[in-house]
This record gives sequence, structure tokens and C-alpha cells, in this order.
Amino acid sequence: MLLSLEDATVRFGGRAVLDGVGLGVAEHEIVCVLGPSGSGKSTLLRAVAGLQPLDSGRVLLDGRDQAGVPAHKRGVGLMFQDHQLFPQRDVGGNVGFGLRMHGAAKELQGERVRELLDLVGLPGAGHRAVASLSGGEQQRVALARALAPRPRLLMLDEPLGQLDRSLRERLVVELRELFGRLGTTVLAVTHDQGEAFALADRVVVMRDGRIAQSGTPLEVWQRPADEFVARFLGFENVVEGSVAGEAADTAWGKVPVPAGAAQGVRSVLVRPAGVRLVGADEGLRCVVVARTFKGTHVAVRLQPEEGAPRLEAACALRVAPGVGDVVGVEFDAEEIVVLG
Amino acid sequence: MDLARTEVAPRKGPGKSAAARLGLIAVPVAFFAVFFAYPVAAIVVRGLKVDGVWHLGRIADVLGQSDVRHVLWFTTWQALASTALTLLIALPGAYVFARFEFPGKQVLRAVVTVPFVLPTVVVGTAFLALVGRGGLLDELWGVRLDTTVWAILLAHVFFNYAVVVRTVGGLWGQLDPRQEEAARMLGASRLAAWRKVTLPALAPAVAAAALMVFLFTFTSFGVVQILGGPTFSTLEVEIYRQTSEIFDLSTAAVLTLIQFVAVGGILALHAWTVRRRETALRLVDASVTARRPRGAGQWALLAGVLVCVVVLLLLPLAVLVQRSLDAPDFAYYRALTSEDGGLFLVPPIEAIGNSLQYAVVATAIAVLIGGLAAVALTRRDAGRFVRGFDALLMLPLGVSAVTVGFGFLIALDEPPLDLRSSWILVPLAQALVGVPFVVRTMLPVLRAVDVRLREAAAVLGASPWRVWREVDLPMVRRALLIAAGFAFAVSLGEFGATVFIARPDNPTLPVAVARLLGRAGELNYGQAMALSTILMIVCAVALLVLERLRTDRTGEF
Repeated sequence: MLLSLEDATVRFGGRAVLDGVGLGVAEHEIVCVLGPSGSGKSTLLRAVAGLQPLDSGRVLLDGRDQAGVPAHKRGVGLMFQDHQLFPQRDVGGNVGFGLRMHGAAKELQGERVRELLDLVGLPGAGHRAVASLSGGEQQRVALARALAPRPRLLMLDEPLGQLDRSLRERLVVELRELFGRLGTTVLAVTHDQGEAFALADRVVVMRDGRIAQSGTPLEVWQRPADEFVARFLGFENVVEGSVAGEAADTAWGKVPVPAGAAQGVRSVLVRPAGVRLVGADEGLRCVVVARTFKGTHVAVRLQPEEGAPRLEAACALRVAPGVGDVVGVEFDAEEIVVLG
Repeated sequence: MDLARTEVAPRKGPGKSAAARLGLIAVPVAFFAVFFAYPVAAIVVRGLKVDGVWHLGRIADVLGQSDVRHVLWFTTWQALASTALTLLIALPGAYVFARFEFPGKQVLRAVVTVPFVLPTVVVGTAFLALVGRGGLLDELWGVRLDTTVWAILLAHVFFNYAVVVRTVGGLWGQLDPRQEEAARMLGASRLAAWRKVTLPALAPAVAAAALMVFLFTFTSFGVVQILGGPTFSTLEVEIYRQTSEIFDLSTAAVLTLIQFVAVGGILALHAWTVRRRETALRLVDASVTARRPRGAGQWALLAGVLVCVVVLLLLPLAVLVQRSLDAPDFAYYRALTSEDGGLFLVPPIEAIGNSLQYAVVATAIAVLIGGLAAVALTRRDAGRFVRGFDALLMLPLGVSAVTVGFGFLIALDEPPLDLRSSWILVPLAQALVGVPFVVRTMLPVLRAVDVRLREAAAVLGASPWRVWREVDLPMVRRALLIAAGFAFAVSLGEFGATVFIARPDNPTLPVAVARLLGRAGELNYGQAMALSTILMIVCAVALLVLERLRTDRTGEF
């Protein structure tokens, strides 16, 4: 492992912001830490960078304990959330900063700065003032600056956080392609699941300073570890139920579950696609309370008549019912997950 | 390209940065211990300890004397009156400078600051020339104020006008006007919006400015020494009288202690208001909030403030210059170049050279000590010890300069620190007063540097020292120059301590002025005016240079 955290703990006051976190990142791997704000993601990066001392546990880089190694000697790169470009230097001065700190020769610095500006798509921008850059350009300069000293590990804190949506979607693809080409080892944090899934080889979901789940994007998406992860990923249809055989008894009535599901009292997730609308006299009777157009489909919010928790269903635009309609609901075992 | 990666350093404790900060602060702490606490303590001990026995009963004795109580009472009420009068006159000025745009504003802002850096001796002399015997008002209407308290109060307003304009106006200009607009959109009248939004935001700054003015006037020396005559005496003047004229050290020691306690209280209050002021306010660039006055009311306000500035600030200075030229062929100035039988061992003009040399050395010391202290104090989350030191650094502003000067003489006179006959004594004493200005100017700027900018540099491989050089220094360079300018002006004008320790053959400008004023005769008076004019011009030039460097966050002065 290039980076290992062992039982890393950081407390602010009495509160554990990082609570016994264990995490490994292999060489050339792109790991994305995903979690709501306040879950300890940024503290995790700061602890690895050496900007935040651990209260207990260890950070190892290439197997070496980093306790007592100051930030400037760890050889890791960190791209800050709001870039933190040095305002009094031009673009080239920013990108070359790390090289200068490492005592690289002047000609090499110039060459590498040009190379990196080409790489991030800002050729010839070396003499531009930082203040004249757009948000996207600043992000590219920050990336070039972090990459310049060839860090063994590149860390990104909400790398695309402040950019607008279309730019974000384009850049995330560019980034993944770029890191793949350079073979960079990356540890990124974000609160945006789309960004995490698009960028990462492996996603780590954090909650209150602990790791809630770790796995490939597909694994995490298909099988959220618990109710928190499911809700964080945007799934609303989570209900408690007692699972017996291939059915679960829930507030929404009997719900079919896949064969081999864990038994007993569990959280049950029903994906919106698994909520099938049928005639009002069949299945669970619900009133449509809202419908939201989502581009490819319509999200329909349903209030069951018996006062059970609301349900969300995904419908094709043409068959979506209107607000106030009464419909029946049936469930599709394929789209149902019994959570841990 | 291959970048050699430094190997993992030997394990160091996590408290390394704290230790480094403690190391930084050690130099200023040592400086203050040796050149401030020790001399002041030595004076107090000398006054209250006779033959190895403490005579604390002296405190009660001294406090029991009716003339001491009279001095205390006068010191307090004149300071309160001066503060109230200064606020009354300067607050409209603060508003005008903050919110109005008018031609010549930059120059005028520099002009109103000139009095603040003027030596108190010059201020006293200028007011003497305006309202004293044979002064302008005397000549015109036969009005003399130098025997009334008004001369002192007006001189104090003159001196402290800039404190209010800079502290309050600086913040006022940066308050986001949209906050008031938001309140008005929610149904508040113009006045209610001001009262509920602007005033609370401004109150801590007003309080801090008022406390600063109170502190400066409570410890006023040069002004009262010259304008007070035999009738009016502040604590500081009384300490000087007891020490150098009556040689009653124990009374002087008790008075020093009283002043110390009072000043400590004022500074504690001030530190508290400053901390309140640092609480989150929405600040914007001051240049976007000012606009041209609109309507008769605003023009009248602007005109009123300008008249105030002209009458109260410019007139005394103009009279000073006029008096210095009141003899044919620059006779007073030419007299400065000749030795005059015993008053000085050298021509008074040499005081200029002395003053400049002392001021340069004092500035270097103040910038070094104050700079180190400011860097060490940069982190807001610093411990209680460091915070306490922050407040302690302000003490030299208020503790009797006379005591410090005299303390230097009696405390630093034996090995290993026998500096009695050394020239360095003067700049050391002057630097003590300069350090608070350096710290107060640099600290807000250093604190405004985004911590993550430093972290970004560290992660890119910059050691703590390089981080400071590459990130902090470029940002505080202007503040550093401004701080140096203030320290320079302050040491140029320092009087209370210097008057004790400057050697007779090496007087500084203020000391020479005071000596000239102390002697009768037209020529001496004229020379005092001429020398004061020179001192004023040197200070004003230094300040005008600084004003060009002014940033939006110049701190409190």
C-alpha cells in the first residue's frame, strides 16, 4: 500500500472528527472519499498531508510512519477546496512554486511549468495574473501546481466543488483520463456522489468520522451497506421490516425481497424503479402528492393512504400520473435490497 | 526531471510549532523584561524600600495628600473631558472620511494624521503660539487660553482627532452598506436601520478609540508640561516634577504605581473591545462604499468637518510656522546654527542629526522586536500566555515615560548592563514606545492572511521559514513599512523618557525645543518655534510617504 491509515483518530474538543479510521490506497489507485459535510473528509486529507496531527493511530506512506514528519517533507500534494492560489504570483509562479521549494534548476522549472500548463489545457498562460482567471482556469492551475513536484500521492479536496454543473461533468472525465495516463495515485474527497462515482476506482463513504462503506462505485451503488449510505446516495424509500424467507413485512405491506437476503428485522431499500404503479384497486393505495421532471423520467411522490412513509417512484413521462390521482403500488423484488 | 525527495526526518514531538512560536516570542519577552519591567520595578523598589524594609504605608500617605488627590482628580476629569470633546468633534469627521468622496480626500486624510505623530512638545508649542501670551488670539482679540484648561483640552483634540477618524472611520468605510439596505427593505426607517445595524457594528470601534484617546490624554505629558503652567498637572507631569525637581522618589514611585494600575485597567478594557471588534462583520472594500455628498445636509456636514479641520488642526500648525518666521532673514533659523552660551554645548541645529540617528536605530529595534512579537501572536488560537503578552505589549504606551527614562538611569548603570553613558539608551527607550505601534499595525494584516495559503505552500514543500518568506512577507511588506514609519515618527517625537537620558551634548529635537521654551527671551522662543517647525516637517514628510502606502487594513492607527 502506498498510503495506509491505521486507527487514525482526531478529536476537536471532545468530539472525534476522525474516529479510528483505517484506509489503504494502493499505487495508481484513485480513491474517492464521499460523505456529507462534517463527516471528517477534509480532516482525513489534512491528517495525511501533515497539516493536522493525529490524536492516536498512524499514517504510513510507503510503509513509513509519518508521525513527526512535517507537511513540507511528506512529498504529497494537496489541492485545496478553493484552490488557494498565491495571489501575488502569476500563473507560472504558482505552478513552479513546489519545484522552487524542492530546489529544481531554473531551466527545469520553466520547462516543467510549460509542460504542465499544456497538460491542463492552459498553454502559454504562465504570465497571466491569478486574479484574471475564471473558476475553471483556477482549478486547472491549482491542479498543475499540485502535480508539478510529482507528489507520490495527490489529494484533492472537493476538486470541482465551486464549478458549474456542465463544466464539472466535463472536467471529471478529463481528470480521470489524465490521472490514468500519468499513473497518479489519487485520494479525493467530495460530497457529490456523481463526481465520486465518475472519478474513482474505489469509493469510501464516511459518516461522523467513521467509514460507513468501501467498495467499487458499482458495489456501493447496488448494495449500500446501511440506511445512512442508502439515504446519502439519494434513495428515499428505506423502511424497517422483518424479513422472513423471500418477503419482508413493512409499513408498506408485504414486500418481496431477493432470495438469500438476510433474515430478521432489517432496513429495506426499494429503488424508485422497483415501485410499479398499477390500477387504484390493486396493491397499496397511494395518492400522488408531487411529480418532478428529471429529464429521462419523472419522479413521483406517493403518500400511502394508511399513513405509512412516503414513497418515490420513477415513471416514464407518458404514463406518469398527475398530482392528486389515486394509484396502486406493487413492488419489484429485483430492485429491492435488504440492508445490513 | 527528478526531484530528490528529502528523507524522513527524525521523529519530533507534535509540539514543535508551539515551541517555535515560544522561541519567537522569547526575544520580545526578554527585551521587555530587561528594558521595561526591570527599570520600572527598580524605580518602584527604590521609592518604597528604605534600608531593605518595604514602606508600603507610603502609598496611603501619598494618597492622603490633598495636592496628590488634586492631581489625580484633574488627570481623570481632563482625560474624560478630552475624550468626550474628541469624540464629539471627530466622529462626524470619521463619517465624512468613510462615506463621502470629495477632491483632495487622500491628502486631507494624511493631513489630519500629522498631529498624531507630532511630538507632544510641538503640539504644546503650537497651541502656545495660538492661544498663549502674545499668541495669535491674544494679538487679535486679547484672548488668552493658556491659563485655562481649554488650551489643554483643545490640544488633546488636535492630537487625537486622527485616532478616532482612523479607528472608527476605517471600520465605517468597510461596513457593507447593503446591510443597512437589507434592514430598510425589512421595514426599518433610515434612522432605525442606522441605529440597529450600523451603530452596533461600530460601537466596539468607538469604544476602542475612546479608550485609546483616554489613555493618551490620561498619561499626557509634553502638552500639559507646556500648557498647564503651575496650575494644571497630570500624574505624568507630577511624576516628572517629583523625580527631577523635588527628588522625592517615594512619592514618584507611588504615583507611578497608581498610573500603572489605571493604565492596566484601561488596556484590559481596550483589549476586550478589540476582541469584540474582531467578531464577524461583513466587510467590503472601503473604496466602493464612498460616494459624493448629496443634498444640502450632506454638503453642510462636509463643510463643517472641513472648517473644523482647518481651524483646529491646520491653524495651530500654520501659526507655529508663522511665528518661526517672525524675524527678518530667517533669524530664528540662523540662530539655531550658533552655540548660545551654555544652554547647549552644541548648536541646536545638531539636534536634528541626533534625532534622525536615534530614530533610525529605534525604528530598527522596534520593527525587529514588534515584528517578532506580531509573528508569534498571529495565530488567534494561541494560548492564554500569548494573549496576555499581546496586552502586555501595549503597556509602554501608558506607563509613565518619565519613569522609564529615570528607571533606565538608575537600573542600567551597573555591569553586566552598564549603559548609562551609552548612546544606545535613547533609542532603546524610544523603541519601547514604537513596539506597540508595530504590533498593532502588523497583527491585523498577518491575521488576515488565509491560513490555508500557508498550508498550500507547506504541502508544496516549503519549510515554515520559507512559508513566511514566500507567503506572509509579500503580503505584510506594506504593513511593515507603515509600521516602521510610525515607529520612526514616534521615536522622533518621544519626549518623556528622552528628556532624562539624552546627554546634554546630544539633545534630540523635542528636548532642545523644551529647553529653549524653558528660557526667557524672544530669540529662544523664536528658535523653539523654528525647531518645532523643522520637527513637524520631518514628521509630516514621513507620514505623507506612508499615506501613499496605505492599505485597507492598516490596523488601528
